[in-house]
Amino acid sequence: MTSSPQDDIAIRTRGLSKRFGAVRAVENLDLDITRSQIFGFLGPNGSGKSTTIRMLCGLLTPTSGDIDVLGHDIPRDAEALKQKVGYMTQKFSLFDDMTVAENLRFMADIYTLPRRLRSGRIDEAVERYRLERLLGQFAGTLSGGQKQRLALGASMLHQPELLFLDEPTSAVDPENRRAFWEILFDLVAEGTTILVSTHYMDEAERCHAIAILDLGVLVASGTPAQLASDIHARVVQVEAESPRPVAKLLDRQPFVHSTAQIGSSLRVLVDHDLDDPVAATRRAAGDAGFTLRGCEAVRANLEDVFVSATQERKAKRDAGE
Amino acid sequence: MKSLQRIFAVVMKEVRQLRRDRLTFGMIIGIPTMQLLLFGFAINFDVRNLPAGVVDLSGSAASRGYVMQMANAQVIDIQHQAADARELEQLMRQGKISVGIFIPHDFERRLQQPERAAVQLLVDGSDTVVQAAATRLAAAARTSPYNDAPPPSEIRTYYNPERRSAVNTVPGLIGVILTMTMTMFTAVAIVRERERGNLELLITTPVRSSELMLAKILPYVLIGLVQVVLILLLGKWVFQVPFRGTLGNVFLVSLMFIVANLALGLVVSTIAQTQFQAMQMTFFILLPSILLSGFVFPFAGMPLVAQWIAEVLPMTHFMRLIRGVILRGASLQELSGELAILGVFIAVSMTLAVARFHKRLD
Repeated sequence: MTSSPQDDIAIRTRGLSKRFGAVRAVENLDLDITRSQIFGFLGPNGSGKSTTIRMLCGLLTPTSGDIDVLGHDIPRDAEALKQKVGYMTQKFSLFDDMTVAENLRFMADIYTLPRRLRSGRIDEAVERYRLERLLGQFAGTLSGGQKQRLALGASMLHQPELLFLDEPTSAVDPENRRAFWEILFDLVAEGTTILVSTHYMDEAERCHAIAILDLGVLVASGTPAQLASDIHARVVQVEAESPRPVAKLLDRQPFVHSTAQIGSSLRVLVDHDLDDPVAATRRAAGDAGFTLRGCEAVRANLEDVFVSATQERKAKRDAGE
Repeated sequence: MKSLQRIFAVVMKEVRQLRRDRLTFGMIIGIPTMQLLLFGFAINFDVRNLPAGVVDLSGSAASRGYVMQMANAQVIDIQHQAADARELEQLMRQGKISVGIFIPHDFERRLQQPERAAVQLLVDGSDTVVQAAATRLAAAARTSPYNDAPPPSEIRTYYNPERRSAVNTVPGLIGVILTMTMTMFTAVAIVRERERGNLELLITTPVRSSELMLAKILPYVLIGLVQVVLILLLGKWVFQVPFRGTLGNVFLVSLMFIVANLALGLVVSTIAQTQFQAMQMTFFILLPSILLSGFVFPFAGMPLVAQWIAEVLPMTHFMRLIRGVILRGASLQELSGELAILGVFIAVSMTLAVARFHKRLD
């Protein structure tokens, strides 16, 4: 067992890569994840989020690179780590043909909770994750939100220092998602470090720090606020009578990175070094004979950061880098 | 201690899931009962009107009387008159007759010489039921009060030199049934959890590979023993199979065989990617087990290569053990060699299964 170089770092990776045959799932990933935080992996499907989480748990062997999780060299020391981490899989992985109570008892025993603690911990989990009325129900018959609460409760029974959540809210309605995040912040307040992957922007905004992954590469990382202020683009919000043709026109302009329609308005990402992005946008629209009802510079949000970061990389790729 | 707690957790989980899996539960009781009764029908089949052919080179009153006497028993139905032995053999090859009666030209003289067989019965041994019926027929003809001088017959069995009966079949059936059910149960055990996504959860827990493997076979050991009891009871009630050995020995021998099959199934489970593949692989074990173990064909009569293959199947050793224990009342000391082989088999399979099972997804 090696000790962490810095004690407030829960996870550290250097040059972490994973290939599946010719596919590069994760490439050269450097991460430093601080303790007692919620760290988010943001990225579309196939961006390498799940692969990274699985490598961090020791379930997948990296092709190259180093991993240190809670002072353990992974994958060499993976077994020693298992008692210290909880892992909530993307797909519900508890037993459908067992009741909620039976699943909880199984998890308590497989993590070898002492008998005297067992029922207390289970009772706590039942209360915290609102499972009282579901105890006798088969796990397979639970709703998405209920399954997710059970899975979280089950993976926290042994009070792990570190919790991995792989797209935990993909089958959950907004109200339950809110409640779920409240619980996560409770856990962090108690000292748990949480690593969560998501493709929802609103979830990523709630994280203390995030890493944006695109096709296995880390394209940006930091706090959500930091990322929004460091963005290599500016955002112009455009109101137009007929947004579709305007969007198509703007997309063709060399200074425009991307456009996204939100209701009747357009969110336009433009070059960072443009002197007056609003004037440039108005001019481009006016030249084509469109009149704009509104055009103003706005603060970048995480989605803009995400689009800008992935686009930049695509442009570099296309340039043959 | 912690290890025991984890094994117990998995065992309890398996038992709970098994109890709720009606199909599997039905298999535990259904397969032994069904197989035993199906075999029972074949064994108790009352043979009548087997097609027969006659070559009567003697043409005497005595030979005609003998043929008539055979026909009267209604076991055979004489449909063909052949000119010579070759024609008789041809009829049998074509499947037109199951029994051939060959009466030589010196039939009457042979009757006076008890040391020489007067009549030759050709029997199609490819059907064991026919074979058994013909044997009884020959014996009946000899003791019949119809004729003062019963012609002693010589029986030559074609295609299957060894005669078998329910007595041999029922102990063997324990082997077939256990191979079928036990290997199948564990062969799907790990694959099923992989397919349902439970495996990703299990391998993130501290449970060790060896603990998981052990916990996967423990519940099924009990099920295997229940099946043995069921087969023995049915065998005793329905087929009056004699039981000469001690019950303890039967269970010990069966226990070793059950564990061997479960371990073999686990190895399959670590290789197969889907439940369907696991099923296919168990058939690769089941088929040679039935055919080569001595259950269907006598072991000594098989070519050397088949014997080598048979020696690596647990069923072959179990057949020797269980027949020895149940039919001959052999002691465990006398069978210790075979038991040791099963022990080695278990050790190798379990080691292989644990070594092959990685707590990883790649």
